[in-house]
Amino acid sequence: MLENLCQKMFGRSLWVYHANSGGCNGCDIEVLNVLTPYYDVERFGIKLVGSPRHADVMLCQGPALRSTADALRRAYEAMPAPKLVFAIGSCACGGGIWFDSYPVLGPLEKVIPVDFYVPGCPPRPEAIIYGVAVAVGMVDKKAAPVVFKQVEFPIPMYHPGQLGGDNEQVIYEKSQKVSQRA
Amino acid sequence: MFSKLKETLIALKPGRVTLPYPARPQPVPERFRGVPRWDGEKCIGCAGCASNCSARAILVLDICQEIRVLNYIGSRCTYCGRCAEVCPEKAITMSHDFEQATGDAADLRQRLELFMSTCQRCGRCFKIPDALEQLKMPGYRFDDLEHARWVFRSHAFLEGDAVVDDIRIELE
Repeated sequence: MLENLCQKMFGRSLWVYHANSGGCNGCDIEVLNVLTPYYDVERFGIKLVGSPRHADVMLCQGPALRSTADALRRAYEAMPAPKLVFAIGSCACGGGIWFDSYPVLGPLEKVIPVDFYVPGCPPRPEAIIYGVAVAVGMVDKKAAPVVFKQVEFPIPMYHPGQLGGDNEQVIYEKSQKVSQRA
Repeated sequence: MFSKLKETLIALKPGRVTLPYPARPQPVPERFRGVPRWDGEKCIGCAGCASNCSARAILVLDICQEIRVLNYIGSRCTYCGRCAEVCPEKAITMSHDFEQATGDAADLRQRLELFMSTCQRCGRCFKIPDALEQLKMPGYRFDDLEHARWVFRSHAFLEGDAVVDDIRIELE
């Protein structure tokens, strides 16, 4: 019941705080694009606020950097209790291209707990809206892991045990390939 | 007063521009690059995609001489399309999927398990690389799945450290 109430209260009034911990501003531009009249997210009650103390949701861009990790953690701790963190962009989701370099600690989840991932470099504004819609419960998520397993060998395999025939001709029994013995 | 009316008229002229996005799907441009999708039937397991991936998001694990596992860590992928460009068999297509928002980063992964054909003489998949080829990372590979990173050819890995380009880095 409390969960339903929370969802009802949360659903129409998500206040988001926009934190960049060292990204390239590509995702920032897409997040601001979401607030423009074309992808107007204020129709869902989502509003950009300037302080983490007013916010319910933190939209994070950029990887966890050595220099900004403390500031990011402090901003996370300043948010009031029912809080969500969105990792937006490849850097925040998985560390980005420079995930193994010295100043980058890695993905955002090394510093603060992340609830939703929106990959893309940068993600389309639609993808960000989709992420918010998944979080609010308007749509179901589409992403699912793909596993492909080969069950049989794609080409005929030659093995000396499968060679047959008399002295003059060698016949490979599986594919009926005939070759002359020297 | 008149100027305000004029402003109202100007504002009314474009009409409603907001896209009804989550209710109705939004088409993407023709050449849009979304999530790369592997076609396991066409893939020959050359790992060219892994060697050319700028985010090092494709890991190769040869669990034995004849089975090669390609792991795609989607969370780090920048959808640059380099893997699809270098694929000799055109087994990778950049799809139009972009709605990949998820609560679990493991949903973004793709995994291919492929049989590798071996040399009829020596029984190996790969010839033993020389020093130059070791730098280019062809042949037998065993990437670090736990930390989701490449293992460059280095003696330090044998001691159990995660090492990139022979620079010792701190993982935590």
